[in-house]
Amino acid sequence: MLSKKNKSVLFNPLSKNNPIIVQVLGICSALAVTAKLEPAIVMGISVIAVTAFSNVIISLIRNTIPTSVRIIVQLVVVASLVIIVDQILKAYNYEVSKQLSVFIGLIITNCILMGRLEAFALANKPWPSFLDGVGNGLGYAIILVIVATIRELLGSGTLLGYQIIPNSFYEMGYQNNGLMILPPMALITVACIIWVHRSKNKDLQEKN
Amino acid sequence: MKKNIKNQLDKIKPQFSEGGKFAKLHSVYEGFESFLFTPDKTSSQGVHIHDSIDSKRTMIIVVIALIPALLFGMYNIGYQRYLTIGELDAGFWTMFLYGFLAVLPKIIVSYVVGLGIEFASAQIRGHEIQEGFLVSGLLIPMICPIETPLWMIAVATAFSVIFVKEVFGGTGMNIFNVALMTRAFLFFAYPSKMSGDSVFIPTFSIFGLGEGTVVDNFSGATPLGQMATNTGSSINFTNAIGDPITLWDSFLGLIPGSIGETSTLFILIGGLILLFTGIASWRIMIPVFVGGLFMAFIANLFPSETYAGSLICPLQHICLGGFAFAAVFMATDPVTAAHTNVGKYIYGFLVGVMAILIRVYNSGYPEGAMLAILLMNAFAPLIDYCVVETNIRRRMRRAKQS
Repeated sequence: MLSKKNKSVLFNPLSKNNPIIVQVLGICSALAVTAKLEPAIVMGISVIAVTAFSNVIISLIRNTIPTSVRIIVQLVVVASLVIIVDQILKAYNYEVSKQLSVFIGLIITNCILMGRLEAFALANKPWPSFLDGVGNGLGYAIILVIVATIRELLGSGTLLGYQIIPNSFYEMGYQNNGLMILPPMALITVACIIWVHRSKNKDLQEKN
Repeated sequence: MKKNIKNQLDKIKPQFSEGGKFAKLHSVYEGFESFLFTPDKTSSQGVHIHDSIDSKRTMIIVVIALIPALLFGMYNIGYQRYLTIGELDAGFWTMFLYGFLAVLPKIIVSYVVGLGIEFASAQIRGHEIQEGFLVSGLLIPMICPIETPLWMIAVATAFSVIFVKEVFGGTGMNIFNVALMTRAFLFFAYPSKMSGDSVFIPTFSIFGLGEGTVVDNFSGATPLGQMATNTGSSINFTNAIGDPITLWDSFLGLIPGSIGETSTLFILIGGLILLFTGIASWRIMIPVFVGGLFMAFIANLFPSETYAGSLICPLQHICLGGFAFAAVFMATDPVTAAHTNVGKYIYGFLVGVMAILIRVYNSGYPEGAMLAILLMNAFAPLIDYCVVETNIRRRMRRAKQS
């Protein structure tokens, strides 16, 4: 089930080939939904589900798709999955679904999805494709969770809505950093994560 | 004295050179030595002509030019405090001492944090210590309100030095003005401590100085703050105790505002120092004022009650808020401004226009100078590119004709 190759398919996207911090894909949604931790987690799970299952479906029908219309077929599959996710969210977690608003729908245009379908699912069997989808979704979700943790903690003093920074801090004059809630700090936070990641992995550093 | 220091420095030099005990701290030594004395690496004889000016001297002259505005700012802080507790007869030196003690911690925090990061990053990279922060470190406290807490200044300075300067390659490589980015960080991160009615006039006493309760009709709004909330077809600025502010008051600078920015007069003295020594370019400084006057004049042609800024005369606009300070000390920053001569005119003019445009027509930001300069910092390379390209094209055409 988890041969060596499959393991690397699953775990590589977590660090060495992370979709956000190495391939720099899916940045827009990563910036948009990370002001709070809860929507970031939900968004991460949604993307994992969509990448995993769209990878499996495309992989199953990969030999019957005519090459000339494969993008359309991929889009149809992804769109249907996204609609299912959207409906489930609306049914079971309406509040978060409202916060995520248009960004669940925009998973369709997420570069990670099309990238994985084109690069992996079209050329591999369903099981490795599933693992690849889960791996890439997880890689995306991890970064989202890290960024959202930093932003919610420093920007609102809370995590998942619970107050973390004690009241005594506020009485001593501490204030939440309003800039953390704004989009620019999401970019800078992601940049810092990339910075740390590259300095740990010398082989990722470009030569100049 | 001078010789003694030099001898001492020379004596400990081997320890800081390669192989010495403190070889790691070489850049610190280097920084101090070249700060105090002319570096010995330049050629001392032969045909080379040396200008005595290097970037350390440049920075020091800017610091000297900042001193008048800073000293007046200190006095003004004391003046505002004693005005609001109704003890204006306290005398000049008491007020100045109060302001001095109020401002000094901010300057120390800004220098310690900024220079600390600069020293550390110079060690890590094995660079020499660069002197750019000498000016930024003094600019930062001067463009903050007096009530901004020290830890906020520390956080913002650290952010700014790391993310605006060091990641771009250090002094001289930054795209945006470091001091202004510090202020922008504070402005967006902690808006309640950077703008509004309660931050521009000190409400504390220091070592018993400035003790007292504020008078009843106290209002801490700056003129620009009053402008942003003004309703009706006329506008009358008042100071902290309700007396009217005249054009002369705002030119002299006895009005509430950020520490160093209130006095147009003393800023202009600093500006003259910069112009006479050739440190700042008049090609930027004067167009900023022209642009500001131009835009304020246009706005004044179409007075509107919705935009109270269009009700006051252009000259008053120049004297209020941080416009003059931004024009003299911020826009002229040689690193982030445009570099071509024509580009400088365009850059300066647009800074002035944008500053007043934002101030008058965007009610979210009572003062636009900071945002205008940061915006034009981003456009400066484009302006330079266009100027150079136009030049090339014109010459090509001329070459073809002949």
